[in-house]
Amino acid sequence: MSSPAILRASDLHVSFAGVKAADGVNIEVNSGEFVAVIGPNGSGKTTLLNICTGYVKPQSGSVQLDGRDITGLSPRAIARLGVARAFQIPQLFSDQRVIDNVMLALAARHGIWDGFRPLDTPARREQARELLALIGLADNAERVSSTLPEGHRKLLDIAIALALRPRLLLLDEPTSGVSALERFPLMEAVMGAVRQRGITALFVEHDMDVVARYADRVFVWNNGKIMASGTPTDVFNHAEVLKSVVGVA
Amino acid sequence: MRYKLAALALFALAALPVAVPWLQFVLTIAIAKGFAALGVAVLLRAGLISIGHAMFFAASAYGVAFLSRAGINDLGAMLLLAVLFAALMGLLVGAFLVRYRAIFFAMLNLAISMVFYALCAKLYGITGGTDGMGISIPTIFGMTPAESTFKSILFYLALALMVIVGLALQLYLDSPLGRALSAVHTNEIRLEYLGVSVWSVLLIAYMISAALAGLGGVIAGFAVGRVVPDFAFWTASGHLVLIAVLGGIGGVAGAFIGAVFLELLHSMAVTVTDAWNLIVGVALIVVIMFLPSGFYGLLKRQKAPSL
Amino acid sequence: MLNAFVPLLLDSLANAALIFFAAVGLTLVFSVLKILNVAHGSLYSIGGYLAASMCLFIASHHLDPHLSFVALLFSAVLVAVVLGPLIEFSLIRWISGKSEAIQILVTFGLFLILEDLQRIIFGVQSYYEDTPMRLLGTTTLGDVVYLNYQLLLIGMALAVVIGLRFLLRSTRLGRLMTAVVADREMALAIGINTDRIFLIAFSLGVFLAALGGALSTPTSGIAPGLGADTMVLAFAVAAIGGLGQIEGAALASLIVGAARVIAIYVAPELDAVAPYAVMLIVLLIRPYGLLGTVNIRKV
Repeated sequence: MSSPAILRASDLHVSFAGVKAADGVNIEVNSGEFVAVIGPNGSGKTTLLNICTGYVKPQSGSVQLDGRDITGLSPRAIARLGVARAFQIPQLFSDQRVIDNVMLALAARHGIWDGFRPLDTPARREQARELLALIGLADNAERVSSTLPEGHRKLLDIAIALALRPRLLLLDEPTSGVSALERFPLMEAVMGAVRQRGITALFVEHDMDVVARYADRVFVWNNGKIMASGTPTDVFNHAEVLKSVVGVA
Repeated sequence: MRYKLAALALFALAALPVAVPWLQFVLTIAIAKGFAALGVAVLLRAGLISIGHAMFFAASAYGVAFLSRAGINDLGAMLLLAVLFAALMGLLVGAFLVRYRAIFFAMLNLAISMVFYALCAKLYGITGGTDGMGISIPTIFGMTPAESTFKSILFYLALALMVIVGLALQLYLDSPLGRALSAVHTNEIRLEYLGVSVWSVLLIAYMISAALAGLGGVIAGFAVGRVVPDFAFWTASGHLVLIAVLGGIGGVAGAFIGAVFLELLHSMAVTVTDAWNLIVGVALIVVIMFLPSGFYGLLKRQKAPSL
Repeated sequence: MLNAFVPLLLDSLANAALIFFAAVGLTLVFSVLKILNVAHGSLYSIGGYLAASMCLFIASHHLDPHLSFVALLFSAVLVAVVLGPLIEFSLIRWISGKSEAIQILVTFGLFLILEDLQRIIFGVQSYYEDTPMRLLGTTTLGDVVYLNYQLLLIGMALAVVIGLRFLLRSTRLGRLMTAVVADREMALAIGINTDRIFLIAFSLGVFLAALGGALSTPTSGIAPGLGADTMVLAFAVAAIGGLGQIEGAALASLIVGAARVIAIYVAPELDAVAPYAVMLIVLLIRPYGLLGTVNIRKV
């Protein structure tokens, strides 16, 4: 029976300098789901994203996208297969304006070759504006991205990923570095865009309220292993999880 | 307004040799070097400094000399083939080189250009050694013009090419491929995560820059009537870098303005002193010290952010 | 067979020794200051010009020929003591920490300046004064005649390798340098005078280059263009060994020295190409050099 799992990580093992960052990790994300990965700081959750996007090769285990083995492919190849990534520290083309960042990403989607046509065409500009409006950055379109406040830099980082029209979006701590006041507006904007486009999302997150509010399912990561998984309610009522991750005795 | 200014400048440039005949040679060489400096400037956009680009300049000039020996004497054909030769060389050299950045890239370019120079100087049987090879007047549509006529045709052809190639290059720089160049410099990793092959983007840029330098070399070869190994010497690359840095703020036009300025300066300086390299070196340092920070953000930029 | 092998070996080693002097200064400065000085080769040739000029002076004034040995050493010291601080204070200090593009362009500008200055001061003719080489004479083993000067070169290169190792591991200055190499900010934070360390390291690099140039003049003379040739060769060797790695530079010098000598015997016109062919092959397999690491942190 074929499963609707869009992403499946099987038995991942990875070590860095003698420390086991992933010790037999199994994760699957089904089409249309929002899946969160939570866990203590420094437990290597970003490593999971690094493996899924090809930045790090696991010592053993595999990652499959729509049933196709993508273990060992480069970040570039995986991006071309419809997986986009947003970063914990926003990765922008900081000397360019907000709209230029998005237009470049839009052009990249089609392989960056567009003959002698310019990057800045009315059609592309319109597309970029649409996306910026969707994510709430329309007013800042002409600002140089290095001058943006942190929350907006995060939004732009995610907008660049969305410009690729991915099937699967991987978000690395989308609300980290964002003030408590801005957290929910940011997530509302992102999740709105994601839902509207039918994108599946896997996000590593620290803020339990955000997880409780937006995640369909949660994986709890601890010491390189998946400690528990299930709906947010299941997981947050799990005694072990409460103790080691959430910090409630 | 800008277009009127450009048209005026162009007209002045075209009319100058009529008023001051000996300037025609200087200006032809200036345009030739302008093309080569433009090549350097293209790579500069991606944060890559080539201090060995004179080798492509020399390679295409040698190409013209060899073509002439092989019996191909038509100007159009020689131009096309020699530039293609430079582009091909750019492809071969660039495929290896664009894996590197910053100082490694710069030094590898320098090293390869020095090897090229050494080979040109040593292989007397093939390249004529330090004497170089002569480049005779080509045929144009089957006819061989007189020397002075040809030199004038060459000058106006160079002017025309400057406009045509300049415009085409601007199209490239405004296209996604061209805009990706500065993106490589700012955040190469993000570009890879967007599915873009940074190696391909840079290789294409390298080939274009080699072809531009090659175009300059063909014009210079015909203007001088001879090609010598010195065309590829590292100090020649240095002059190109200075022009690129000087004119950099001004984009495509800037390279040619810088080239004309420097070549005029050179022809005047040569009458007073022979320490031209010294002047170029000092000028390079001074220009960098006083350059406004907006120059492609290149000089202010720190290392790309890490994940 | 031995008759052919031993001279070849000596040639290679002597060649390697001179290459090593050029490369080790470059790699040392890169390691401590994190700057690749494009003008480094000029310091080699300035050392050579100065040494040759002094030796010619000694010869033409009929002074004690043994003074020429002193001249070799003295010219290197002079270059290091004068040009080292001069360049370091005026340019290097200013570009330290700035973008790599600025570092490349400024040191390249310096390269142009120094090369032209040499041409202006010393002229375009070549200098040749082989007194030190003649004085040391030859040794004969079997029926092969060897130049003792070559042994001197090899000995001095070895002395530099051992000396640097000793400096860096066993002296206070050396350990300070190692600290600065490992973590510049931390070194500053714990009160190390990094400015002084930079000055010393840079001047040491200049000294080694100038010494190499000086030592090379009795064997091959000095002519314009040596600075540029040495620069790219030093870079190639440093790149093969791994930028910033002193042992790497030594290893790479041996390989390149051997490659060059083999090329001279096999295809003389291509002897200039040999080091770069080696560099190409090494970099294709190991992009950061034989002993290089991505974060070049060790000295």
